[in-house]
Amino acid sequence: MRIPCPHCGTRESQEFVYRGDAAPVRPADDGAMFDYVYLRDNVAGVMREHWYHAQGCRQWIVVTRDTRSHAIDHAEFAR
Amino acid sequence: MSRLPTGGLVDRNQPLRFSFDGKSYQGFQGDTLASALLANDVTLVGRSFKYHRPRGILTAGSEEPNALVTLRSGARAEPNTRATTIELYDGLTASSQNRWPSLGFDLMAVNGLFSPLFVAGFYYKTFMWPAAFWEKLYEPIIRRAAGLGALSMLPDPDSYDADHGFCDLLVVGAGPAGLAAALTAARAGKRVFLVDEDSRMGGRLLAELHEIDGDDGRRWVDRTIAELAACPRVTLLPRTVLFGAYDGGVYGAVERVSDHLPTPLPGQPRQRLWKIVATRAILATGAIERPLVFAGNDVPGVMTSSAVQAYVRRWSVLPGKQVVFFTTCDSGWKAVHDLLRAGVIPAAIIEARAHVAPDVKALAGAVPSFLGAQIIGTRGGKRLKGVDLRDAQGRTWRLDADVLAMAGGWNPAVGLGCNLGARPRWSDELNAFLLDHPPAGMAMAGAAAGQFGLGAALASGIAAAAEFGTMAAPRTSDDPADGRPLWHVPHRRGKAFVDYQHDVTDSDVALAAREGFTSVEHMKRYTTLGMATDQGKMGQVNGNALLAQATGKTMAEAGTILSRPPYLPVAIGTLAGHHRDEHFRPVRQTAGHGWAAEQGAVFTDAGQWKRAQWFPKAGERDWLESVCREVNAVRTGVGICDVSTLGKIDVHGPDAGALLDRLYINTFSTLPVGKARYGVMLREDGFVMDDGTTSRLADDHFFVTTTTVNAAKVMQHIDYARQVLWPELDVQATSVTEQWATYAIAGPQSRALLAALLPELDLSNEALPYMGALSFRWLGVSARLFRLSFSGELAYELSVPASHGDRLIRALFELGRAFDAVPYGTEALGVMRIEKGHAAGNELNGQTTAADLGMGRMMSTKKDFIGRVMAQRPALTDAARPVLVGLKPVDPAARLRGGAHLLPKGADAIAANDQGHVTSVAYSPTLGHWIGLALLAKGASRHGERIIVHDPVRGADVEVEVCHPVFVDLEGVRVRG
Amino acid sequence: MRFSIFNLAAHALTGHRRWTPSWRDASPKAGYDVVIIGGGGHGLATAFYLAKVHGITNVAIVEKGWIGGGNAGRNTTIIRSNYGLPGNEPFYEWSMKLWEGLEQALNYNAMVSQRGVLNLCHSDAQRDAYARRGNAMRLHGVDAELLDRNQVRAMAPFMNFDNARFPIQGGLLQPRGGTARHDAVNWGYARAASALGVDIIQNCEVTGLLTDNQGAMTGVETNRGPIRAGKVGMAVAGNSSRLAAMAGLRLPIESHVLQAFVSEGLKPVIPGVITFGAGHFYISQSDKGGLVFGGDIDGYNSYAQRGNLPVVQDVCEGGMALMPMIGRARLLRSWGGIVDMSMDGSPIIDHAPVPGLYLNAGWCYGGFKATPASGWCFAHLLATDTAHETATAFRLDRFATGDLIDEKGQGAHPNLH
Repeated sequence: MRIPCPHCGTRESQEFVYRGDAAPVRPADDGAMFDYVYLRDNVAGVMREHWYHAQGCRQWIVVTRDTRSHAIDHAEFAR
Repeated sequence: MSRLPTGGLVDRNQPLRFSFDGKSYQGFQGDTLASALLANDVTLVGRSFKYHRPRGILTAGSEEPNALVTLRSGARAEPNTRATTIELYDGLTASSQNRWPSLGFDLMAVNGLFSPLFVAGFYYKTFMWPAAFWEKLYEPIIRRAAGLGALSMLPDPDSYDADHGFCDLLVVGAGPAGLAAALTAARAGKRVFLVDEDSRMGGRLLAELHEIDGDDGRRWVDRTIAELAACPRVTLLPRTVLFGAYDGGVYGAVERVSDHLPTPLPGQPRQRLWKIVATRAILATGAIERPLVFAGNDVPGVMTSSAVQAYVRRWSVLPGKQVVFFTTCDSGWKAVHDLLRAGVIPAAIIEARAHVAPDVKALAGAVPSFLGAQIIGTRGGKRLKGVDLRDAQGRTWRLDADVLAMAGGWNPAVGLGCNLGARPRWSDELNAFLLDHPPAGMAMAGAAAGQFGLGAALASGIAAAAEFGTMAAPRTSDDPADGRPLWHVPHRRGKAFVDYQHDVTDSDVALAAREGFTSVEHMKRYTTLGMATDQGKMGQVNGNALLAQATGKTMAEAGTILSRPPYLPVAIGTLAGHHRDEHFRPVRQTAGHGWAAEQGAVFTDAGQWKRAQWFPKAGERDWLESVCREVNAVRTGVGICDVSTLGKIDVHGPDAGALLDRLYINTFSTLPVGKARYGVMLREDGFVMDDGTTSRLADDHFFVTTTTVNAAKVMQHIDYARQVLWPELDVQATSVTEQWATYAIAGPQSRALLAALLPELDLSNEALPYMGALSFRWLGVSARLFRLSFSGELAYELSVPASHGDRLIRALFELGRAFDAVPYGTEALGVMRIEKGHAAGNELNGQTTAADLGMGRMMSTKKDFIGRVMAQRPALTDAARPVLVGLKPVDPAARLRGGAHLLPKGADAIAANDQGHVTSVAYSPTLGHWIGLALLAKGASRHGERIIVHDPVRGADVEVEVCHPVFVDLEGVRVRG
Repeated sequence: MRFSIFNLAAHALTGHRRWTPSWRDASPKAGYDVVIIGGGGHGLATAFYLAKVHGITNVAIVEKGWIGGGNAGRNTTIIRSNYGLPGNEPFYEWSMKLWEGLEQALNYNAMVSQRGVLNLCHSDAQRDAYARRGNAMRLHGVDAELLDRNQVRAMAPFMNFDNARFPIQGGLLQPRGGTARHDAVNWGYARAASALGVDIIQNCEVTGLLTDNQGAMTGVETNRGPIRAGKVGMAVAGNSSRLAAMAGLRLPIESHVLQAFVSEGLKPVIPGVITFGAGHFYISQSDKGGLVFGGDIDGYNSYAQRGNLPVVQDVCEGGMALMPMIGRARLLRSWGGIVDMSMDGSPIIDHAPVPGLYLNAGWCYGGFKATPASGWCFAHLLATDTAHETATAFRLDRFATGDLIDEKGQGAHPNLH
C-alpha cells in the first residue's frame, strides 16, 4: 500500500503509523466520551482515517481509503 | 545418451559435470538439471508424497510437481528444488528426497499397498483410540513419513539483497506477448521493467518452432531483447519470479542472482528481493498445459506435450525412443510437427477428439494417429513401457512407448491477477479460466489472456501496451488452437492422478464429493489437492472439473480457487534480506557508548538502544557485586549514568503550557521558568501512558522527557493532540532525543564535581534548587542543567549536544577522579529507583491507573486532560484495586523475584486468593536485603501485614512484610541537600 | 456412520463408495428455536453443544459461503491456555480441556497435538512478565514452566543462540499447548452437530435481522428467504460490526487483516510452537511438514482477506533472526484473515442490547484456540440466558465499567493488541 502524503509525496505505508477512523471527534461532553473512546462504525467501504507519517514529515494526515479493496483515493492534512 | 546430434540452445563446447544421488553425469551449459538428467537417460527422479510411487519429470517449467530434489549439500542444501528450473553448473550435486533407503528401492512404497485405506481424509476417521497414542505413536510416525526434503539445520551461509524499482510499465513474462508489450512501451520512451522467471527470455518461442517476420522466432526474440537492452529506461530482469501483486501497484519479485553458480561470487547476494512500483502492469504470464487424468498417468515417462517439445527443441534432448502423444487439442499436433522437424518421429498420436481440422492433421505428417481414442492404461513401474488405448470403435490396442506426451489443453496463468481479489471466470469457448476484469492498473496479454496462437499473442501484447504507444504487429503464421477438454478417462484398475505430488486421485475427488465436500475449497482441503509445492498449477482445474462432474455442476458453477501470493515459492531468507543475526534490527548507541565500552561496560538492550547495564571491575565475583558497589558509590560519593536514551521533546509556542495541561494529569502552565515538574500522562482510556519530568526553559518553551521505551509513542501522541485534537493551539513540538546527550550526576559529591566542571555557574541551593533548570553554554555550545533525581540523592542531569556527549563524559570523569566518581549502569539505576519507590516500566505496564501508583492526587480537578473522564469509571476507581506497595522479606536472606504473585498468609495457592504480583525487585545494598515493589489489592491500607510471595514457576514461597514503597529517605531530605 | 479403523477397512472393501455426506446440506426451514449466524468453528461448536449439552436441536447455522471458510480455515491452528489475567485464564483452560477430549466427543480425528507452546524471552523484564503469567496459570491449575536459556537450547538447539540481536534468555513453556487441524475441527463439529439434528445451511447470507414491534429478535432475513428464530446468535468473526449494524449496534471492535504463511513440506524440525515476541514471529510445523508461521497484524482496518508485503518481510525477518537455518526453506502459501480486534484484546460473549440477540465476537487473532469453549459458553448463554462460569468476564458492558481484560496493556487501540 502506498500513501500519498500531502507533504512528502507518495510513500510506502510502513513509513506511517495507523490510528483508525477519523470520524470520532473528542467530545466536550463527558457523557459522550465512552462512545468516542470505544465504539467504532468499523466501516466496510470508504473510510476517512488517521495515519501519522512517523518516518517522514511527522504530520497526521487523513487518508480516504476503501477498507474492502485498500484502494486509496486521496490524503490531506488532519489539522 | 539421448542428446540429439545438433540443435537446441545448449552450448556443446561447454560440458559440465554434475552428480545426482552420488552418480556422476555430464551436461552442457544451458541445460537444466532436468534436461541434463533426461539427456543421461535418468527418468526416475523422485517419489510421491503419500504412496512413494516412482515419479519422473513431468514438465519443463516451474510448475513441476514431481522432480523435486535437494540441490547442493551442507549448509547450502536446498530441499524441494525443481529439477526443471535448476540451471546446470559445473560440479552441481543433487539428491532425491523422501525415499528410504534409495530412490530405486524405496521401502516406504509399502504405503501403496495400503492405498485402499489411505484415501482422502482417512486420518480424520481413525487414529483416535486410545487418545494418548496420538502424540506418542501415531503422530510421530505420520510426521516422519510426511514432509519432502530436509533442512540442513545449519544457518544459511548466503546473503540476500533488496532493491526497489519504479516504472511506468511492468511486464511479467518475456514470451512473445510480453516482449511485444515491452517493446511497444520502450519505443515510446517509457520506463519499463520486463521480468521473466526463466534464465533466458523468450518463453515458448524457445521451445516451439515459429516464423516471425520471415525469420526463426528465436532470432526475433534475440533482436527484440537486444533492442530492449539498448533502451536506457528499460530494465530486463531474467531469472526473476514475480511472486505477488500487492496494493497500490506494488509487486514483489525475486531475482536469482547467483543460483546458477556453484556459490555466489564475492560480495554478491544469492538472491535479491525486488519491490517494483508500477503505474501499469501487463501480465503476459503464459499458460500451463493440463495433464490428462487416466489410469497410470504418473509412470515416469508420462510428460506434458509441451515439455517433450521443449526438451527436444530447446535442449535437444529426446526424452525417450518411442514417443506417443495423447492429445485433446491442436497444440499436441503442433508438438508432433516440431518433433518431426527436429528429426524425431513419434510412434503415434492418440487424439481424444473424433475429428480434427485437415491442416492440423497435416502437422503430423505420416505419424500414425487414432482419432476418437483414449488411453486407458499404462505399463511400466519405474519407466513407462507401453500404453493401452481404446479407439473410436472400442477396440483396445497395446502400444510400446517409453514417453507419453499429454496435451490436455491449457490453463492461462492468471494467478497474479487474482492476488488482489479479482475472480477468474470459466470460458466455455476457450475451456479455460480467464480473468476478464483484472484489477485497476493490470492487463492480461498473450496465452494468459486466452490468446493461445502466436499471432494473437503478439497482437494482444501490443494492444495491452496501447496507452503507451503502438507498433506494427510482426508477421507470423497463426497456429491452430482448437481443443476440447477431456477431463477424465474412466478406468477399472490403476490410479489416475489429479494432483501428482500429493497423490490425489480421481477417486479421492469423487470420495470428497460423496462425503459432502462439494465446494472447490472443501474438496481442496479434504483431499489436499492443490496444496503441494506446485500449488495446484498442474491439477487444480482438472480437480475442479472432476468435482463438477461428480456434483452435476458446470465448470462455471464449480468455480475455482483464488490464487494468493506467492506465485512460486520464495526462500524465507530472501524475504528477510539482511535483517538477520545481529542485523535483525538497528542498534542505537548513545554519544557516550564508546566511552562506556572502553570502561568494559556490560550492555543491555532497551528497545533498539544499547545501554550500559553495569561496569564490572577486576576481582568482582558477579554482577551483583558490581551493582552494589555502584549504588554505594552514588549514595556516598558521586556516580555518573548515561541517561541519553530518555525521550526528549521540545515544546514551543504561546500555547505550550495549555497543551501540556491537556496532556498531563497535573498542571504545567503554572510552572515557573527555570523549574522542572514531574508529570504523568494517561491514555484517553484513563490508564497511565507515560511519565517524566518537564522543565520550563522560557515562557513559551518547555522541555519534555519521556521514558526510553515510550519516546516515539509520546511524540506521536503529542503530535496527535496538537494537530488533530486541538489544532487551534499555537504550539510546536520537536523530538530532540537524538540531539542531546544527557548524563545523570548523582550523589552527595555531585555538586562539587559539577562545580569543578562548570566553575562559572552558581550551583547553590538558592540559585539552582531541587527541580530547578537552567540553560547555559559549555565549550561554546548550548547546555542544559536540571536538578533532578531518580536515585534519591542530590543529583543533576546535564545535557549537551550529542556531538559533545563523548567529550562531556570524558571531562566529567577526568575531573571526577578527585571525587572517586564511578560510572553506573541501568542495574544500579534500577536498584536506586526501587529503593525510592519510583514507578518505572514494570509498573507503567498499561494496566495501572495513576491512583494504583500512588499518584491519584496529582490528577487535577480544575482542568480537562486526556484520560480524565474514562479514569472515573467504576472499575478504575474501585477501592479493591491492587496498588503500589513495598515488600520486605521477613527472612532478610530471602530473595524476591519479579512476576511472583501475592497470597494472604495461610491461604491456599489458588486463583481466588491471588491478590496481586511483584512488579520489581532489587537487592538493596543500602538496606542489606532484597526489596520489592508490588501491586497488592487494597495495598495502601495493608502496610505492616505479612503476606506470601508465591512463585511456583521458580520455586519456594517467601513470607514478606508489606511496607511503604519508598524504602530510602522517605522525607526526601537528600535530594534537597 | 461411526468412524474407526475397522469401519474404514470395511469401506475399503467396497471401494469407499458407501460413505455418506459428513453433514446434511440442509435447506432453511421456516423457523428454529435458535439460529446461529456464521458457520465457522465457533458457530458450529455452539450448535453442537446446544444439541449435545442442552438438548436444543431445533437449531440452524446459516453460513453465507461454505462452512469453515473464514478464520476457522485461515489460521495457524495453535491451541494454548497461557493467559495471565483472571478474566481469560479459566475460559482458555476450559477450552484446552475440551480440546483434550474433542476427538472422542466428536468421533473425528482433529489431530489435536499437544507438543508444547514456548514463548521466548529476551530481557529480565520480559522474563518477569512471563513469570507473572506462568504463576497466574499455575494458580489456575494450568501447566506452565519457566525455562532458562539452557533448557530452551535443549528443546530447540537450532535457534540463534550465538549471534542474535536480542539474545534468548529463556522462555515460558506450556507443555499441553500445541496445534490442531483447523479444517478437521470445523468438519468434526459440523458432522456431529448435523447428526444431532442441527441444520447446516450453506450459501445462505443474512441480509437483515427481523424484530417485532417491541424491538425483540424474531428471526433473520436471508438471500434464501426469512427464517424465524426464537433466539439469534451471531458468531461472524470478520463481519461482527457489519452484522451488528443491522441491529443498530456499534461495537468496540475494528476489523483488521492478519496474514499467515506456510512453507513447502519439510522433514520434522520444529518440535512444538515457538513464539518470538521480540521479533513478532511465531512458528510451528504441521503434520504434513509445512512450517506454519506468522507475526503481527498488518495494522490497518481491512475487510479484504489479504495483506501486504511489509508484514511478509517483517515476519520473515523475525524468522531468520530466530532460526537462520530456515533461510533456504521456501514460503509456499500466504493467506489473510479478517480478525475482529476488540478494544482490549479480549472477546465478547454476551447478550446484545437487543432482546433475543446474542453476541460472540472480538476474538482478535486468537479465536481458533477458543473454538470449543467459545461454542460451549455461547451455547450455555443461548440456552440458559446466563454466562458460563468461565466466561463471566467477557461482558459487552466491561468497556463502560472499566473491567477490561487487557493482557497487553495497550488500551483502546485495537491494532496494538
